[in-house]
Amino acid sequence: MNRIPQQPIDANELAQVTDVGRRRFIAGLGASAAIVSSGSLMRPAWAQSTLNVGVLLPTSGFQAFIGKSCKLGADIAPNVLPGLGYGMPIRLMHADTETNVDVARSRAERLINDGAHVLVGAFDSGASAAIAQVCEQKGVPFIVNIAAAPQITEQGYKFTFRNFPTAIDLVRNGLALIGDIFHATNTVPRTAVFMHVNDTFGQAMARGIGAILPRLDFLPFKVVETIAYDPAARDLSVEVAKAKATKADFLMLVCRLNDAILVRREMVKQRWSPMGIIGPGNPGMYEAQFYNALGKLSEYCMSNVPWYNPKAPLTHSIERAFRKSFPKEKLMFHALNVGFTVEAIMIAADAYKRARTTDAKALADAIRQTSIANRMMIGGPIKFNAKGQVEGIKSACIQNLKMRPTVVLPAASAEAKPVFPMPGYRKA
Amino acid sequence: MPLELVANVTIAGLLTGLVYGLMALGLSVIFGVVRVVNFAHGEMMTIAMYAAVVLFAAFGMDPFIALFPVAAVFFLFGYALQAGLINPFITRPEHTQFMLVLAVAIIMVNGLLMAFGPDARNVPVDYALDSFGIGPLLLDKVRVYAAVAAVAAAGGLFLFFKFTPTGSAIRACADNNLGAKVVGLNVKRYYALTFGLGSACVGAAGCLMVLLVDVTPVLGPGYTLLAFIIVIVGGLGSMAGALLGGVLIGVSEALAGLYFTPSAKSMFSFALLILVLLLRPQGLLGKRS
Amino acid sequence: MLLMAVLTAALLILPAFADTYILSVAILILYFAYLGQAWNVMMGFCGQLSLGHSLYVGVGAYVSAALFVHFGIQPWLGVWAAVLACMAAGAAIGVLAFRFGIGGVYFALLTIAFAEFTRIGFDHLRWVGGSGGFFLHVAQREFNDVLALRGSPAMFYYVMLVATVAAFVFCAWLLHTRIGYYWQAIREDPEAAQALGINTFRYKMLAIVISSGMSAFGGVFFAFYYNNLFPEQIFSMSRSIEIILGPIIGGIGTLFGPILGAAVLTVLAEGITELMAAFGWEIPGVKQVFYGACLLAVIVFVPRGIWPALARCLGLESRGKGPRDG
Repeated sequence: MNRIPQQPIDANELAQVTDVGRRRFIAGLGASAAIVSSGSLMRPAWAQSTLNVGVLLPTSGFQAFIGKSCKLGADIAPNVLPGLGYGMPIRLMHADTETNVDVARSRAERLINDGAHVLVGAFDSGASAAIAQVCEQKGVPFIVNIAAAPQITEQGYKFTFRNFPTAIDLVRNGLALIGDIFHATNTVPRTAVFMHVNDTFGQAMARGIGAILPRLDFLPFKVVETIAYDPAARDLSVEVAKAKATKADFLMLVCRLNDAILVRREMVKQRWSPMGIIGPGNPGMYEAQFYNALGKLSEYCMSNVPWYNPKAPLTHSIERAFRKSFPKEKLMFHALNVGFTVEAIMIAADAYKRARTTDAKALADAIRQTSIANRMMIGGPIKFNAKGQVEGIKSACIQNLKMRPTVVLPAASAEAKPVFPMPGYRKA
Repeated sequence: MPLELVANVTIAGLLTGLVYGLMALGLSVIFGVVRVVNFAHGEMMTIAMYAAVVLFAAFGMDPFIALFPVAAVFFLFGYALQAGLINPFITRPEHTQFMLVLAVAIIMVNGLLMAFGPDARNVPVDYALDSFGIGPLLLDKVRVYAAVAAVAAAGGLFLFFKFTPTGSAIRACADNNLGAKVVGLNVKRYYALTFGLGSACVGAAGCLMVLLVDVTPVLGPGYTLLAFIIVIVGGLGSMAGALLGGVLIGVSEALAGLYFTPSAKSMFSFALLILVLLLRPQGLLGKRS
Repeated sequence: MLLMAVLTAALLILPAFADTYILSVAILILYFAYLGQAWNVMMGFCGQLSLGHSLYVGVGAYVSAALFVHFGIQPWLGVWAAVLACMAAGAAIGVLAFRFGIGGVYFALLTIAFAEFTRIGFDHLRWVGGSGGFFLHVAQREFNDVLALRGSPAMFYYVMLVATVAAFVFCAWLLHTRIGYYWQAIREDPEAAQALGINTFRYKMLAIVISSGMSAFGGVFFAFYYNNLFPEQIFSMSRSIEIILGPIIGGIGTLFGPILGAAVLTVLAEGITELMAAFGWEIPGVKQVFYGACLLAVIVFVPRGIWPALARCLGLESRGKGPRDG
């Protein structure tokens, strides 16, 4: 309930939505004229109405960089979809959650009120949980692009769908990959210090690690200390000093973006060079901004996260559209964000194609029947289980090598060998 | 807990605390003399931080040098703000003054948001990652420099108040407003001067702070609150109190982060404030009114 | 009188005509009008400036939500626990502050400190979700259940409308009791009030306890209307400030001030959003700058608030005089 005015729903889109009635009418005229004149019945009558997809992302606030990265995916989706057989008219309505749960909720309500038939978003777990509640209340389908907190799909919601692993899956995959890293590099670290951001996502990950790690006896290391820090922290020097003092062999870091940058810088200042920095399933260290802000310091950090398949046909069409729309950017720095965001919008389009209506209930039923094999991210086909969760999304170990994210594990799709322990920092 | 760790963290907290102290000094001077609750104090510091970022990006100017022009501009800005906007409100009730400054703060935060966007910025000076190693102690170079500069600036201000006629006149306004008027001082002009000086302090503090933390437009309110805590803990109108309060808050946050969950560390600042308000409301070094 | 009747009728039938967006704005206005009224008891009537009212809203919300989620206690019962908890919190702060003679800006800062302290505390309270947030189960409902606070937006609208009207009547009654007169005496000159033999401590305590208890209901409403609680949001200082903006803009110490202020500010905020959208300005911050400028204009030009100025124009006597200005 935030009264000081918030970022609006994307102004151009809003203008389109407010006169949607007129547009629909004109579009209807145009379509019937086309049918009369050419006698073509290629376009089925139901497709005349437009599917309004509300896209909620944190394009300002603490997570602005990641939100903007996701938005690149939303921006190219309309160019990618027709080539995949989704030629129906789709309109995207953008809204900024400002990395604020309250705003996310009110923006979601506003989007639905303005005519959104399905919502997509919202990168952050807290915001997604709030949006899921709004959608459940209003009976509008919500497709999560990125958000890992398990409770989002554990509430028995009928309208919430998630094509992203839960924190439990992320942790399970991420920890298994940590074992693989040690195996591949013939190292046996004995101790780890675990730092995590104290927000919805960070707490979910911490809980997952607490539950799973003790059962994985193939891992040689123990967590000697857990350090939770404030998501809005301005200065992490004490936290890093505390972590350094544990003399742990490596740092396991569940972070976001800004805090990841702070931690890495502070480690150099305090001359702490553990064997490695490994994210067991979190964003931060493979984002474009991480490389920009840190330069050489970004090297060798590892993230065990869901990743894209460079050889998939969908990846190729996304790559093409991406290069055309954003010639200055490189897809690999945005791959995870763009991939899951495009896939979420594709799920909406696919459901619309089968449901042949913008009716919320029919759309939700259609989403439940989704089965899409042609995808960008590594993992089985997109299929939702009874809880609305996609299972079987795999993780890969991504290491920053030569200032770019490089797949180092699993060995089958590796572009390079993992470097562990990492070399210490030396001032150039 | 290893002693070396405690020492390192304490010293880092102390150094940061001195920069906090300089920021709070600005507030203490304004609050102590003009009696206006400057709820835009942190926002003003954020503006100074951006000024340092821009000067570095445009001219490669080191924040330790940028400090001088920024402080000068802030003096003029503060003078104008007090003379133009706040002086007519001096006799109004506290909550009206509070609202006035709050409106200014909202405009400042969002003006910055318009100008710079929401993303964090920093000043990548080439010594940013250096540290001094003294035996087992490891001191962050920028932090040491910033603390030294903060103490120097505070010392300069102290000398000004102690030994210049203007400084004495301002102190007279603070101690006895009516008396100052009786002896013919132009109180409103001195208020504007004071606001200018306090602003210059916070301008300088901003240039130093940007070396320690990345700046975003939303930092403002947090620092406003921090400045108030420091001033009240240290003692209103006491210059040494502001520095002491800064150091106390800096060190207590650092140690709280060390011994408890770091994410709960600012709880201790608030606890300290509540304790001081209840047990010694005039502050540690304040005079009983 | 006629105006009042038309207004009442309009408020009563609003949900029948308004779309969900208008309705949600109306609920927002009523919510802030209610909380503004609660805050006004402390500041407007008794002269104690609280900048930490989000504390009571948050505690009220969390108490009722925790009772509901963990023990299945319905909100119509939970609300009493919430009110009691908030009254206790208010009383504790009051005892500490008023016994030690803390007033003015110092009292305001003390209230902020308590609110922030509690916020960080709740960030680490696992039992109610910590900083990860606390979620109430939601489902679509075909019918309205007022006692369980489950139902359509129209139901929430009426709940808040009743609460706002009740708060208004309660405050009007308070002002005309001995308590109200003593409060105003304390507000105008605490020392003179003391000299007249008024037990200022007791009456200040009464103000803070009533105000915090009233705020608690706002919190309960918030919890069940929005169904998710995050300490970062509900206890934040900006939330406290949002609560007090309405009465200050509308007219401190007046009965209509908080309502008018809430309406003006909410409509202003929404209007600015619409306006910016119409112009296609997408720079983040533009609206808030404009909002701040409007605020500044009100404070500079009508420092006693809109209602007293409006009442003078309309030739109405303002009920419950505002505090002396200057």
